[in-house]
Amino acid sequence: MTKKITCAALLASTALVAGSAMAQDVTLTIESWRNDDLTLWQDKIIPAFEAANPGIKVQFTPSAPAEYNAVLNSKLDAGSAGDLITCRPFDASLALYDAGHLVDLNDLAGMANFSDVAKSAWQTDDGAATFCVPMASVIHGFIYNKDAFEELGIEAPATEAEFFAALDKIKEDGTYIPMAMGTNDQWEAATMGYQNIGPNYWKGEEGRLALIKGEQKLTDAQWIAPYEQLAKWGAYLGDGFEAQTYPDSQNIFTLGRAAIYPAGSWEISGFNTQADFEMGAFKPPVVNAGDTCYISDHTDIAMGLNAASPNAEAARTFLDWMGTEEFATIYANALPGFFSLSNHDVPMEDPLAQEFVSWRGECESTIRSTYQILSRGTPNLENETWNASAQVIKGAESPADAGKRLQDGLASWYEPQQ
Amino acid sequence: MSEPRSSRIRWHVLVFLAPAVIVYTAVMIFPLFNTLRLALFTEIEQQRVFVGLQNFKTLFGDAIWSEQFWNALGNNFWFFFIHMIVQNPIGVLLAAILSHPRLRFAHLYRSAIFIPTILSFVIVGFAWKLILSPIWGIAPSMLDAVGLKSLYAPWLGKEEYALTTLALVSVWQFVGIPMMLIYAALLSIPEEILEAGECDGITGMSAFWKIKLPLILPSIGIISILTFVGNFNAFDLIYAAQGALAGPDFSTDILGTFLYRTFFGFQLQLGDPHMGSAIATAMFVIILIGVCIYLFGIQTRLRRYQF
Repeated sequence: MTKKITCAALLASTALVAGSAMAQDVTLTIESWRNDDLTLWQDKIIPAFEAANPGIKVQFTPSAPAEYNAVLNSKLDAGSAGDLITCRPFDASLALYDAGHLVDLNDLAGMANFSDVAKSAWQTDDGAATFCVPMASVIHGFIYNKDAFEELGIEAPATEAEFFAALDKIKEDGTYIPMAMGTNDQWEAATMGYQNIGPNYWKGEEGRLALIKGEQKLTDAQWIAPYEQLAKWGAYLGDGFEAQTYPDSQNIFTLGRAAIYPAGSWEISGFNTQADFEMGAFKPPVVNAGDTCYISDHTDIAMGLNAASPNAEAARTFLDWMGTEEFATIYANALPGFFSLSNHDVPMEDPLAQEFVSWRGECESTIRSTYQILSRGTPNLENETWNASAQVIKGAESPADAGKRLQDGLASWYEPQQ
Repeated sequence: MSEPRSSRIRWHVLVFLAPAVIVYTAVMIFPLFNTLRLALFTEIEQQRVFVGLQNFKTLFGDAIWSEQFWNALGNNFWFFFIHMIVQNPIGVLLAAILSHPRLRFAHLYRSAIFIPTILSFVIVGFAWKLILSPIWGIAPSMLDAVGLKSLYAPWLGKEEYALTTLALVSVWQFVGIPMMLIYAALLSIPEEILEAGECDGITGMSAFWKIKLPLILPSIGIISILTFVGNFNAFDLIYAAQGALAGPDFSTDILGTFLYRTFFGFQLQLGDPHMGSAIATAMFVIILIGVCIYLFGIQTRLRRYQF
């Protein structure tokens, strides 16, 4: 009996503590995979928000990128997730919305500041509900060591032939590893390889949408061609690239040991602090000079509201603030390489980021081909593409075989492709 | 409690058993049975639906799933095989050397060999990844120093070597356990028996083969079954060194990583707790069968000696 009383007393006291906490400041917790951005959030974004909104405290609690989805899903199911959820694009977040973990944010005033394309990655298939506030996109391309290029007398290549000529020249000289990339972690091969150079072949949105509609197949020439180029990359990667990890590649490049780094613009801020040489960037080379160029301008990151959040009101205030020019300016400048998706014209200071974003004017933008709809089933097209790209670079699978394997896997569950 | 007691219940028995039973039920028995139960369901449009053995049909019948499952199982057996042929003989050998009465610094060796066992998997995985790295690792330069650079390959990145390399790393980490167990067994062999053997002319190596080895066989049996259970539950080292996709090309994928990927999801692949539970159930059955074979087939035949 005494046990029960103690129990009740304990419960009551926790309720009291919780009650008193409610009366004071509201603390919002943000779930994210961007552990690299911890200092940025703590030093810049959160203070700016807290200054404008007294009474609301914000905590940024990131987890490791590769584990984020698994960790988040478990936390949401257990009811222990934070108030604000950083959204992966497309299906991962759509599944969260369908499961009732994310809230429809159509009525949020700040949403007016984003274009339909920007919102497309976080909408239901019919576009009726938008459940995350878009934050940023990343652009793919190649970052190069300007000093090394000058030393060897190479210009930034614009066509595929020039690209391979440059690689040959660097290899011949021998001072630098021509290209810093490894296949150990697999995703770089797909993300910075296949999805980087691919849009030029499948003509960006045109090919991507045709694939979703079932009008093109992964065995078509335009989808195999990027693999054919990747198959040639193996010869230009460093010794033992098979066991080279993503951080290895980053370090090799920033230490000045490699000349070219197949990149996503998210690398810019890290590279700026680590590399002590001048860097430039060139867009994925086109096949023939003068061809229309296509770039992957991938809607990558957004923020949504946890449906189970006890602080929904405060969280909405925060999400609304994310649509302001103030947030866009802080974010885009503190994190050069993450380009704002809002309609505000945000001035950027970083030259490398400027270079990347200037391609938006010259080329057609698209997003990664495997992200929308096509990675819903098993086998998962995105994960299969990682594997196929790594295999092709290593020479363990021919481009045609890789295409056939992916097509068979996709057709096994995706009706328009059957 | 206010009911009249018809028979005397020995309350102290229940009271003393309760903490262990409650904790064990909460953290082991309940999750185990819940996993087995979960394997019989699937999720259709946010609803959990009972589907009987459908998940197992998919796991073993569907070409894509079954290929991954058999690949993981095969890799798991290879992982176990390497442990059995490398870890246990080395463990026995080290124990035999350590128990030699004239060996100096035996305590130092014993501690040094045992220390990796208490290290975290993450540290071991990361340290070996660095040691073997083609870029920063000391493995290539050490081989270079003895003129064997040509033998070096990026082992963790090559399909044909990666699993064996990781198995050997795991052996390096855990060789201390068989060593300690067998060392203890060797120490418990009475001197009289060895002396009696000497009188009959059995000395040196033959004393080991004919007297000591038969006496430590039960310990070797226990070690084998511990290795079996440990290997088929393994996950940490592979995950720490190669990630959840167990590259290159799934060549290091074992049941643990396959389960993790399926249950929790990975990157764009969403987690499927029901298929994951089906895999967990399959792992449970495999381990159960292995342990049963050992318990009923091997242990009952092992002779035990009383001194």
